[in-house]
Amino acid sequence: MLNKLTLIEALAGLRAKKFTSAELVQSCLDQIKKHNKKLNAFLAINENALDEAKQITANDQRPLAGIPIAVKDNFLTVGLPTTASSKVLEGYMPQYESTVTRRLKDAGAIIIGKTNMDAWAHGSSTETSDFGATLNPWNSSHLPGGSSGGSAAAVAADMCIAAIGSETAGSIRQPAAWCGITGFKPTYGRVSRYGVIAMASSTDSPGPLTKTVGDSALITQIIAGHDPYDATSSPKSVPDFVSNLKSKISNLKIGFAKEYLVKEIRPEVKQVILDAAKKFADLGAKVDEVKLLHPKYSIGVYTIVQRSEVSSNLARYDGIRYGHDRSYFGDEAKRRIMLGTYVLSSGYYDRYYNKAQKVRTLIIKDFEQAFKKFDLIIGPVSPSPALPIGASKGSPMFGELEDMLLEPSSIAGLTSISVPCGFVDGLPIGLQITGPQFAEKLVMQAAHSYQQATTWHHEKPTL
Amino acid sequence: MKNPPFKQLWQTVLGFEVHIELETSSKMFCGCPADHFGASPNTQVCPVCLGLPGALPVPNARAIEWCIKLGLAMGCQVNLFSKFDRKNYFYPDLPKGYQITQYDIPFCHDGELLGHKIKRVHLEEDTAKLQHQENMTLIDFNRSGVPLVEVVTEADFKDSGDSDVFLKELQQIIRALGISSADMEKGSMRLEANISVRHPGEPLPKYKVEVKNVNSFRFIKKAIDYEVARQIQLLESGQTPVQETRGFKEATGETVSQRVKEEAHDYRYFPEPDIPPLQFTKQQIESWRSELPVLPVQVRQELITKHHLSPQYAVIISSDQVMYAEFLKNPTQNMADALVNKRPLKTVSPSVPELKIRYVAKHVIAANPKAVADLKSGKQQALFFLIGQIKKEIGEINIKMAQKVIDELVQ
Repeated sequence: MLNKLTLIEALAGLRAKKFTSAELVQSCLDQIKKHNKKLNAFLAINENALDEAKQITANDQRPLAGIPIAVKDNFLTVGLPTTASSKVLEGYMPQYESTVTRRLKDAGAIIIGKTNMDAWAHGSSTETSDFGATLNPWNSSHLPGGSSGGSAAAVAADMCIAAIGSETAGSIRQPAAWCGITGFKPTYGRVSRYGVIAMASSTDSPGPLTKTVGDSALITQIIAGHDPYDATSSPKSVPDFVSNLKSKISNLKIGFAKEYLVKEIRPEVKQVILDAAKKFADLGAKVDEVKLLHPKYSIGVYTIVQRSEVSSNLARYDGIRYGHDRSYFGDEAKRRIMLGTYVLSSGYYDRYYNKAQKVRTLIIKDFEQAFKKFDLIIGPVSPSPALPIGASKGSPMFGELEDMLLEPSSIAGLTSISVPCGFVDGLPIGLQITGPQFAEKLVMQAAHSYQQATTWHHEKPTL
Repeated sequence: MKNPPFKQLWQTVLGFEVHIELETSSKMFCGCPADHFGASPNTQVCPVCLGLPGALPVPNARAIEWCIKLGLAMGCQVNLFSKFDRKNYFYPDLPKGYQITQYDIPFCHDGELLGHKIKRVHLEEDTAKLQHQENMTLIDFNRSGVPLVEVVTEADFKDSGDSDVFLKELQQIIRALGISSADMEKGSMRLEANISVRHPGEPLPKYKVEVKNVNSFRFIKKAIDYEVARQIQLLESGQTPVQETRGFKEATGETVSQRVKEEAHDYRYFPEPDIPPLQFTKQQIESWRSELPVLPVQVRQELITKHHLSPQYAVIISSDQVMYAEFLKNPTQNMADALVNKRPLKTVSPSVPELKIRYVAKHVIAANPKAVADLKSGKQQALFFLIGQIKKEIGEINIKMAQKVIDELVQ
């Protein structure tokens, strides 16, 4: 059962020579073999993973030496097909390595496979994948969330030790919440986007999906930091997340936004979140009400900016180079291309794109004001637990509505985490803890303290 | 279409878009070599300039500096806040489906060169090169992403002679800055002339013809003259020239239609989200301004005022860096004579093309029947009167050419 270990436990075990990397990888491969047919979390398995693991010795001091990590299929990985779950890129073998996976490999990690996602990351269900939906390990008639649904399900089902995802607006935090794991979204610009198939360039943020906050800290430590290949990556130095994890949070001022208890939220979810807020108060933090713009404003802004960028970012798949022509685009991608093309067209630019950017600035300022009074803001990740399979069908705004509580922090480029905080109908609920830009350390400290005081993250699904 | 007898007086509306490939060591947004001339196809490429999934552009600081210096050399204003934008369109030479360029905030704007207004100077990336073969088209991405400066002028040129002087001056400035060889044949300097004609005093015509893919100063001059005459002839026969892009056939000296624009392109410009906006300081701009080399106009001024050369000599000597350096070793009139006489003396006054003289002459002759009658009866005075009238209309002209044109028309 080595596959059930957290990243920190697995590293300790490897270094203490309790088991080998090959054994660890094998246990994950066994779990994949057993459950992937049903869950469809992985699109591709690294056939060389075991051979790579055999090269790792117990004396390997690299920070992730011998750890099997699953990677979302929108990260370019040499030797493993990369499709972003779209048939347009079916069979595409990348010519270069993404910065994130390069850094993971350099740190000794073993990429065990590529995980399913909403095609092109367009969605919050993983149901729009051209290669079939991923199922939620907690209840296979429910969705895992998305777009990093494959990564979230793989971690929840212990098919890997940790996983990598990417978030444009909720794509890490929402599937982490629905699958009962920890999902960390770094500040926009903290982790390089080089080699990540672009969705919305101005908000895409790669990050980890893990079993604990400590695991997220360890992975973020490796993948964060300036990349000369990404002009939007921040030159700021990366603090030591791992050793600062255990700081006390008793002096923290935590804001709780009433506006985020939207009418769509289920009463049971609301209660779970209120309990989590109380937990922070018990831990000594000062929890108070914070006034924020209603998240509904972010839906419009996000929809316009993201569709605009998508319509341009997908133009390169013009049928000349990647084997498949544009008829291979699914309905969701086509809808987004059309909407983005429309709002950018002459005469409409000012009415839509420009206006959206102005509102975006207001949302950023709104958070700046809030963070003058509060260190962190907490709230629900999603208005409900995981929805049933099929929920996204015929609902083109599914993602925007499911992620409405995550979009404000995404379009403001903030850092945020989702941690398990309870259950409703036997399905996990996530709490988001959001901080100002580059406050990753603080967000992780608060989330870690919460996990030290709770056991929700220890719960495992019955597969 | 030689020497059409124009019935009315026409005025040319002529402006330029000039593209200059910068000779930075690397491309605009990646580390590949920018010098692609003669390299085997697709040997200077990487994920970024191939537009592969996930690749991101990182702007070349040197290219930005050079673009701004070119603007400064033409007296432009510099936008301290600027940014890159995406211009979205599909073409096989554009692997991303958009070109990174500058839209509403170019690095430089509102300059002036030889009395012509420079609207803007901005930076963008070059496209790949298409090689059309019998049954296929090959794409060479070596040129994809090479830094490209675009200079846009006002449509304030009166004719091809006027523009010829301007374009050569622009080339000299670029060479003096050392930012590009600005070689027309190699394509490191590319001209696009926007041409239409109207009656003096009328508003701008509703159509515009773009003439491009012309690879020498001589040919662009010919192309403009041909195109102006073609358009006048069409207009005088009651037709409106089509809005289109035309190329130039060297063998026949004609312009030929290449692409008719059915409708205006909607490029769906929006700010390039992969590149943060750029902010310059006044000190930075002033420091770049102080690094500008001595420009051709300054060299000519110095030759005229300090070394007392004639304007004609100043133009010749300043246009050749070797000659100029030679002259400075011994800056005397004798030296200048020796240097200039080594090469055939060119006509240096802006030359008005015969075509233009011809149609103005036609107008002048029609308006002055008495002078024409005098001329026919052998009064040379009348000839000078008519030449004077033509000069009034279009300025300095080649007297011999005017005399020849009048003789022909009067007969």
